[in-house]
Amino acid sequence: MPVNGAGVQQTEGSTPASPTEAKEDNMTDNVHQQQSDNGCNHQSPNQNHKPQHGDGPETQTLPMPVPDPPIQYTKLFINNEWHESCSGRKIPVYNPATGTLLCEVEEADTEDVDEAVRSARAAFQMGSPWRSMDASDRGQLLNKLADLVERDRLLLATLEALDSGKVFLMAYFVDLMATIKTLRYYGGWADKIHGKTIPIDGEYFTYTRHEPIGVCGQIIPWNFPVMMFAWKIAPALCCGNTVVIKPAEQTPLSALHMAALIKEAGFPPGVVNVVPGYGQTAGCAISHHMDIDKIAFTGSTAVGKLIQRAAGDSNLKRVTLELGGKNPNIVFSDCDLEHAVEQAHSGLFFNQGQCCLAGSRVFVEGPIYEEFVHRSVEKARGKVLGNPLLPGVDHGPQIDQKQFDKIMELIESGKREGATLECGGSAWGQQGLFIQPTVFSNVTDDMRIAKEEIFGPVQLIMCFRTTREVIQRANATQYGLAAGVFTNDIDKALTVSSALQAGMVWVNCYNAMSVQCPFGGFKMSGNGRELGEYALQEYTEVKAVTIKISQKNS
Amino acid sequence: MDASNRGLLLHRLADAIERDAAYLAELETIDNGKPYAVSYMVDLPHVVKCFRYYAGWADKWEGKTIPIDGDFFCYTRHEPIGVCGQIIPWNFPLLMQAWKLGPALATGNTVVMKVAEQTPLTALYVASLIKEVGFPDGVVNILAGLGASAGAAIARHMDVDKVAFTGSTEVGHLIQQASGGSNLKKVTLELGGKSPNIILSDANMEDAVEQSHFALFFNQGQCCCAGSRTYVQADIYDEFVERSVERAKRRVVGDPFDLKTEQGPQVDQEQFNKILGYISSGKREGAKLLCGGGVAADRGYYIQPTVFGDVQDNMTIAREEIFGPVMQILKFKSLEEVVERANDTKYGLAAAVFTKDIDKANYVSHSLRAGTVWINCFDVFGAQAPFGGYKASGNGRELGEYGLENYTEVKTVTMKVPQKNS
Repeated sequence: MPVNGAGVQQTEGSTPASPTEAKEDNMTDNVHQQQSDNGCNHQSPNQNHKPQHGDGPETQTLPMPVPDPPIQYTKLFINNEWHESCSGRKIPVYNPATGTLLCEVEEADTEDVDEAVRSARAAFQMGSPWRSMDASDRGQLLNKLADLVERDRLLLATLEALDSGKVFLMAYFVDLMATIKTLRYYGGWADKIHGKTIPIDGEYFTYTRHEPIGVCGQIIPWNFPVMMFAWKIAPALCCGNTVVIKPAEQTPLSALHMAALIKEAGFPPGVVNVVPGYGQTAGCAISHHMDIDKIAFTGSTAVGKLIQRAAGDSNLKRVTLELGGKNPNIVFSDCDLEHAVEQAHSGLFFNQGQCCLAGSRVFVEGPIYEEFVHRSVEKARGKVLGNPLLPGVDHGPQIDQKQFDKIMELIESGKREGATLECGGSAWGQQGLFIQPTVFSNVTDDMRIAKEEIFGPVQLIMCFRTTREVIQRANATQYGLAAGVFTNDIDKALTVSSALQAGMVWVNCYNAMSVQCPFGGFKMSGNGRELGEYALQEYTEVKAVTIKISQKNS
Repeated sequence: MDASNRGLLLHRLADAIERDAAYLAELETIDNGKPYAVSYMVDLPHVVKCFRYYAGWADKWEGKTIPIDGDFFCYTRHEPIGVCGQIIPWNFPLLMQAWKLGPALATGNTVVMKVAEQTPLTALYVASLIKEVGFPDGVVNILAGLGASAGAAIARHMDVDKVAFTGSTEVGHLIQQASGGSNLKKVTLELGGKSPNIILSDANMEDAVEQSHFALFFNQGQCCCAGSRTYVQADIYDEFVERSVERAKRRVVGDPFDLKTEQGPQVDQEQFNKILGYISSGKREGAKLLCGGGVAADRGYYIQPTVFGDVQDNMTIAREEIFGPVMQILKFKSLEEVVERANDTKYGLAAAVFTKDIDKANYVSHSLRAGTVWINCFDVFGAQAPFGGYKASGNGRELGEYGLENYTEVKTVTMKVPQKNS
């Protein structure tokens, strides 16, 4: 996978400060190979889409980041207008690859949230353009938004890579592709949300309406900013709700650009309001708000608990949560070993390990353990760190100092508690927030690194003997988001996948996701499901209407 | 191909049709005779919406996992049926093409479509758009041909897995027989109707008159769901008849490209003759001819908007589908009586009731044996709402989620597992 075969690069003096400097032409077939091996089966550059629709270039040229991209939108988006914050405060937005300040955006606090909620509530009134619109028209607006995202895909991918540190080609081929597909998928559902007519006892005619819940507060994280934005607004709008969405303070830029596209697409004012701010202020205002009907949160389990308490404390707003994970990836000795190593690798290291789904506990069956560790270390050593905007780089920085410190601290605890450090284990580069891809073997279940969510590029490989044992160990966690099973034996695959307490179980793959398939956690990884048809339930309030009739006719 | 990609292709087709809407509307009017204003403002938007609706379904048509008894893991797959023959009529050429292609392609089938020999032009143009937007070769094949030759060949073909037909009940019988005589291909039919339109005395009179006029005369009366038996409650009968006649006399018949025209010509000589024949029978059997009754111009297939009053249930014009601009108005006294008379027909496609009373609306709509019942409206269609007939008006439903069922084979897969876990 490395472009130059050298392993982890020490690129002294190459300050990845500006994309214009980084025009080295590193486009080779290796890079291509690596894009399709990322484990995320959303897409590869060779998808059979017609080129004219801009889903991706033909295989010869890779997309390039926009040089010196304009950052046009830095204010709060309320009622289809751009506002300065009531407090006058702003949030500094940094490029984690370089530490440089990209810009400042307005910081929303309680008063701004109040205003956003007022405008969302007004847009939800009976008789408003949004409430009296055909469902199919809501769907058309979402499709139009998808078209606009497709038009601005290069710019959005560039902003996303600059703001979050993720590899540009990943942003383009994974995050933006998923965003477009999610908007289109829910655009298609809008006029297919069916209530029922019900054969009730008695002389009555009964039917259900699947109504929107109302004003939905949505709080999203920094690891997949624009994709999380789409996952939240698409089902909400599809069902007819209005939205107040708070992007993460670390990564507001793509959300604000989306706000501009939402206005351009033609969504009525107040339907979507975007209010970047901090969790303890704006986030808290949302979760406590007496006029928000539902809150959807993606982030850490610790904050998820606060949200749940806040809902109970305020108006019992409906709550859905997508939280952390410590996901087991179970590799049996009868699997395709090379494939399993590859999938486990990308299953952990994708997005610099900053995935709720990261396969962070790799359980390998005794007979293949040594070989598996050896091959995994080789893969980890082969990652190319550097400026995420450059093709050929496949590992960027962590998002900020706080995450960096937390990961390093956990790495130290691993060393201290006696795990074997196979490779990595330190920071990389002279500046900032890069951490070497790290592999620990001989990890035992009681170590901190085996129990706590690291959210960084640290792969843990543990050994197991029997199926019964590994199921028990895999389930021995408060989390329950995802899991992987690698085996060629049909019985083992069915038994283990049924037994694992996880919302998503992958068999002979990892991170295989697409908008049609529901996603969410068991236990403290959250409640509710996003994506697929299932997500519609979370944004619907069912009303049963019963009319007296003069005579029943079956 | 990803299901979502099938959906994307359908979206692109909708976009291309929308792009060429003015041209297609013109072509539709030249070929069929319907007023251009209607082709452009009604047919084309419905066509685009239908393709968009089914584009959205492509990756949402889900099978299930099923809690079967025993140590088994059981699930269903919703598979496409295979090669679908589709035979469409001349009254809404583009729209009928969309109603057929949308669900068939969304679910992954391939299609051989025979368009009506009277109106092949727009469907063939759409075929060029299908190629332009990138459907793979062979997925959609469109042929112009005659029913007795090409249509029959499709109906009895040993390698066509399903046939969907929209047209007359008479030919529907032939299609069903052909299936039985060949490979038992699955059959869905959308056939004729003699749809009752029931006006109760508490209805909004102006509204009811206008809607009833539209219900019969729309598309030159050439609608399978035309409200061709207008039952009016005794106490409002005289006023209703007078207003309906006045409205019919005002109906503008003329050049379909004139934007003021409401009614163009009938589609061909055969239909023209048939309708005039029914008008004669009405006069002969004693119905009261209140206006129209003859040819409207000295060339082309134009017929005067015609209204018969005092029609009795046993008259030919009250029993047989005329498919032309000829309105039948009948009188009734009670609800029970009119429901019985409305249901006394071999057909069962659509029906309507006009009333403000919630009890009456529910009673009548639940009692009528018809696939679509309109309340205080008529001819309201949406891609989201299923449409189809009871009895000899056909079987199966088009449009809505229900429309997907006709193009799906359900496969159940059951796997042995070592131990059940609920």
